[in-house]
Amino acid sequence: MRHSNHGPVLTRMLGDTGSLIFVVVLIALTVAVPLCNVYLPEASALHVTDYTVALIGKYLTYALLAVAIDLIWGYCGILSLGHTAFFGLGGYAMGMYLMRQIGDRGVYGNPVLPDFMVFLDWEHLPWYWHGMDIFPFAMAMVVLVPGLLALVFGGLAFRSRVTGVYFAIITQAMTYALMLAFFRNEMGFGGNNGLTDFKDILGYELSADGTRNALFVASGVGLLLGFLIARFIVTSRLGRVLEAIRDAESRTRFTGYRVAYYKLWIFTVSAMLAGVAGALYVPQVGIINPSEFSPIASIEAVVWVAVGGRGTLYGAALGAGAVNFAKTWLTGAYPEIWPYALGILFVAVTLFLPKGIVGLVSQLRRRMRRKEPS
Amino acid sequence: MKTPALLESFSDRSRVFDFVNRPAAGAKPDVRHGTILYVEDITVSFDGFKALDALTLYVDAGELRCIIGPNGAGKTTMMDVITGKTRPDAGRAWFGQNIDLLSLDEPGVAQAGIGRKFQKPTVFERHTVHENLELAMAGARGVWPVLLARLSGEQAAHIDETLELVGLAERRHDAAGSLSHGQKQWLEIGMLLMQEPELLLIDEPVAGMTPQEVERTADLLTRLAGKRSVVVVEHDMEFVRSIARTVTVLHEGRVLAEGPMDTIQNDPRVVEVYLGE
Ligand SMILES: Nc1ncnc2c1ncn2[C@@H]1O[C@H](COP(=O)(O)OP(=O)(O)OP(=O)(O)O)[C@@H](O)[C@H]1O
Ligand SMILES: [Mg+2]
Repeated sequence: MRHSNHGPVLTRMLGDTGSLIFVVVLIALTVAVPLCNVYLPEASALHVTDYTVALIGKYLTYALLAVAIDLIWGYCGILSLGHTAFFGLGGYAMGMYLMRQIGDRGVYGNPVLPDFMVFLDWEHLPWYWHGMDIFPFAMAMVVLVPGLLALVFGGLAFRSRVTGVYFAIITQAMTYALMLAFFRNEMGFGGNNGLTDFKDILGYELSADGTRNALFVASGVGLLLGFLIARFIVTSRLGRVLEAIRDAESRTRFTGYRVAYYKLWIFTVSAMLAGVAGALYVPQVGIINPSEFSPIASIEAVVWVAVGGRGTLYGAALGAGAVNFAKTWLTGAYPEIWPYALGILFVAVTLFLPKGIVGLVSQLRRRMRRKEPS
Repeated sequence: MKTPALLESFSDRSRVFDFVNRPAAGAKPDVRHGTILYVEDITVSFDGFKALDALTLYVDAGELRCIIGPNGAGKTTMMDVITGKTRPDAGRAWFGQNIDLLSLDEPGVAQAGIGRKFQKPTVFERHTVHENLELAMAGARGVWPVLLARLSGEQAAHIDETLELVGLAERRHDAAGSLSHGQKQWLEIGMLLMQEPELLLIDEPVAGMTPQEVERTADLLTRLAGKRSVVVVEHDMEFVRSIARTVTVLHEGRVLAEGPMDTIQNDPRVVEVYLGE
């Protein structure tokens, strides 16, 4: 049954089975993985290795990015092929904070300037690096910078009624332009090496077990909150309007809704969620470089959503997990075939599973129910 | 007689007092002169072909007006101009004396109080019948208020009433896409009513309806007039005769004739246009 925007907010948000199961499983995962890592002996079958904690932690941040994409694509029909730009910007904001945390422990021992700036013979910190050593300020930038870019970019695009494939193409151009810019040393973001060699976060050593698990929990909580925010939106009347725009944009206008504002709003919210995902990603993988902005990375993220199932939110998260699990396994076993596998996967899903894994599951359930004599 | 272009540009209120035609949100049309819709000298051309040719038309407040005309006469194009979908090459369109329709976009026109039913029924197919009505319901259209909107008891009752009125109470939880053609037409009329517009523009409301449905539609539209102003475009002469007081005949983008149905039917020019087809 479709959700409706009356009744208590919590029933409204978690009224459908899929969302409820997702939230329960996510909470269980967030709690259990660190516990199994810390308290179970390594010999135990249920022990989770440090490597796996970091890996699943990374998947959780990808899942949050996927939720952000599904929010605009699945519900409002806005296909962004540049969403890792926002993910990357959030990541860079976090990376800048982590760089400043290194202090004088870098190779050159400069208390203020990161190593790569000393290497470039820079004497002063660029203005946009100021304040990034203050955690709350850096975290504000994690959401504000992607949000601002989305606001400006989306404002221009939606006002001129750029839609569909044209919009997808200009988002690719946007992320490509960012990638080229961040590759340049003069930009002050470490060029093609990006930002790395982080030491600690909030005074805690990044390589410590406790920090790794804390970051994992933060990613789980981040995904949970992002999912709940997205659910709150899509189950509100605003969610109905977004779907109306997706299905019949012109009719929505004649009903009195300013379509461009709605698109801009949801696009900006989505970009902010992607920024948070990027910020959670960077300390767990220990590096951020311009390859995060590569156009193919954004396309990959859209494939996760398509594989999981568009327009359910939890399907997107599931797709991000499933595809990246496959990717980790494949790139370990046969690294050269991953790009082909991704392409084939996308074509196969489009042709045979238009509603993704989630659609397949509900189809199977319906078929089983029909077989039972009623 | 034609005003010289220069003079016209001075008398054009939209240029002299820019603020005059930017009515505050929620401004109602001023109909103290008894006219709710002024369409004056509207010309629309598509690649040199004039779909509307200096069309001039006035609709009184509370009136039920029927517009007829052969295919391609420009009826739908006229509605496109009024609702902000198509920008005319020339002319003026005012809603009451105070709202310049040509300065508004589609949502602006809708918010000012003009509701439109399309020739091809357009409802939100994947939304339920109830949701369609809820989306159309008059009220705040801003992003934040819509995000936090809850259906009040009064509003729910209003939707229920409308569901009864358009005969779709039983289908309220069904996807609108599953309705029959006639039911979609009714749902769209229901959505119009939820918008509580001052002026309803209704393009071919009875296409694809059964005779009973046609009769009920006629009844509904007749009851609406008075409280609201209604402009109906229709080909079905039977239907037009059953509801019309004043009929306007469009032909090749111009008004060919206007008057009571009986006069119109016997007008030789009208007969020629219709029989000439
Ligand atoms: N977007 C457009 N581009 C080019 N020509 C158009 C366009 N819209 C309408 N026309 C032409 O303008 C003329 C008037 O069309 P309109 O749809 O207003 O007619 P109508 O009176 O509503 O006809 P019908 O009874 O068939 O609905 C037609 O000749 C049509 O082909
Ligand atoms: Mg028409």
